[in-house]
Amino acid sequence: MTEALNASRPPASAADTLLEAAGLHTFYGISHILHGVDFAVRTGETIGLMGRNGMGKTTLIKSMLGLVRPRQGIVSVRGVDMTHAETHAIARSGIAYVPEGRGIFPNLSVRENLVMAARANVKGVSEWTFDRVIHTFPRLGERLNNGGAQLSGGEQQMLTIGRALMTNPDLLILDEATEGLAPLIAREIWGIIKAIRASGIATIIVDKNYAAVMALSDRSVVLVKGRVVFSGESRELSDNPDLMHRFLGV
Amino acid sequence: MDLAFFLIQLLNGLQYGLLLFLVASGLTLIFGIMGIINLAHGSFYMIGAYLAWSLSSMTGSLTAAILIAIPLTVVLGMGLERLLIQHLYKRDHLYQVLLTYGLILVFEELRSVIWGDDVHGVAVPALLSHSIPLTENLSYPVYRLAISGVCLLLAAGLYFLIQKTRLGMMIRAGASNREMVQSLGIDIKLIYTLVFALGIALAAFAGMINAPLSSVFPNMGGGVLIICFVVVVIGGIGSVKGALIASLVIGLAETFGQVLVPELAGMVVYFLMAVVLVWRPEGLFGGRS
Repeated sequence: MTEALNASRPPASAADTLLEAAGLHTFYGISHILHGVDFAVRTGETIGLMGRNGMGKTTLIKSMLGLVRPRQGIVSVRGVDMTHAETHAIARSGIAYVPEGRGIFPNLSVRENLVMAARANVKGVSEWTFDRVIHTFPRLGERLNNGGAQLSGGEQQMLTIGRALMTNPDLLILDEATEGLAPLIAREIWGIIKAIRASGIATIIVDKNYAAVMALSDRSVVLVKGRVVFSGESRELSDNPDLMHRFLGV
Repeated sequence: MDLAFFLIQLLNGLQYGLLLFLVASGLTLIFGIMGIINLAHGSFYMIGAYLAWSLSSMTGSLTAAILIAIPLTVVLGMGLERLLIQHLYKRDHLYQVLLTYGLILVFEELRSVIWGDDVHGVAVPALLSHSIPLTENLSYPVYRLAISGVCLLLAAGLYFLIQKTRLGMMIRAGASNREMVQSLGIDIKLIYTLVFALGIALAAFAGMINAPLSSVFPNMGGGVLIICFVVVVIGGIGSVKGALIASLVIGLAETFGQVLVPELAGMVVYFLMAVVLVWRPEGLFGGRS
């Protein structure tokens, strides 16, 4: 079905492909989670990675980041095979991860959470500095000396995104960035994601707010039971209520 | 107890406490940040003392011996972490206890083979071998003051490293979420190797500088290990600040205990630990620093 839906789409060219996964098979113990998943992100592109709970979205992300080792398949960054690379080496090739559940360091202050992650991009340029992050997230600027655990959910999410930006990534992976946030705060986060996208950073967005994801993304990829069942322009998916219902239950 | 005698006991207690801190700080960092219960930590104190004796016998200088021995202990720490300890991070504490207990036996056997089973004395450096007169009959050795000064400097350095540097932030972050640290492009394995080597070197250094006071003898690490675990429990696992406060409290309690209530001296620190455990089970500075 994927092939059929993608018949008109040219494959991502190797030249501008930032992150690519080919034929990934990932297991948790004896549970086969990913069944030969192909996935690619091009430079500056925004992809909505969708699927109901337990379909393998987070596992796909973790497999590409080396946090979970796929049993089969290849992960490459800018054409370089990183399948067996350490997570920190994959991250250093320009990939930042905002995990589900945020992953702030509660024993570090807001300032320390940001400073400890600071690094130039792969070309040695630091477009995102501490000052720029604080300018983007003024709320964090007011709480620099607070412990990470003392922040509200929205502030924690801003801190995680800000910390990811401090690594000056070419690709930002956002896994359920608005989960559990009040609608007003979630709207603020979406605004920030939009601004990040506009700044030219490629993004992979995983979120249950499918409408917002599709409105923001260039392409959508849908996983069902560890298989890619749709990969194409987001509009193609949002304009097709039948596909939406079949794959996402909405 | 007159003032001069009190002052001497106070200085002795502080010096002992600061020395304990050198050993306990490494133990608490390795336990709190890497999650490793290192029963062999006292062995590195012993190895430091034997290296100080052995190398100072060869070179004729304790200072030279220490300068040679420190890099050796750093290399030993890094090698052990890479070879053995790193395989324990994802395992149950039981495996850690078994392996590190095994290391105690291996180190004791190696010590016996290399250095023998005799007790040895180490000379205090000539420059520090005199005493400061406090009263007509009482004086205080300069070497003990020098040890306290060096320990204080190391404590300040350790505080600066852990609390004020980016490496320290990464170390603390690694204690709360190892996976996330890696996802930020930081080589957590390298950080763990450095933390382990630092802890080992601190324990060994404590053994080196204390060798002229305690002499050098087989199984000398055992007693230190037990008292350092008490320090870690009282101070709070992973807290360097807690280790410092608890070391000083224990140093003073044990020293004054031996003077004031010698028949109960052996119980004082364990009584203190029991009180702290009832009052604050997570230790004085519970959680991680």
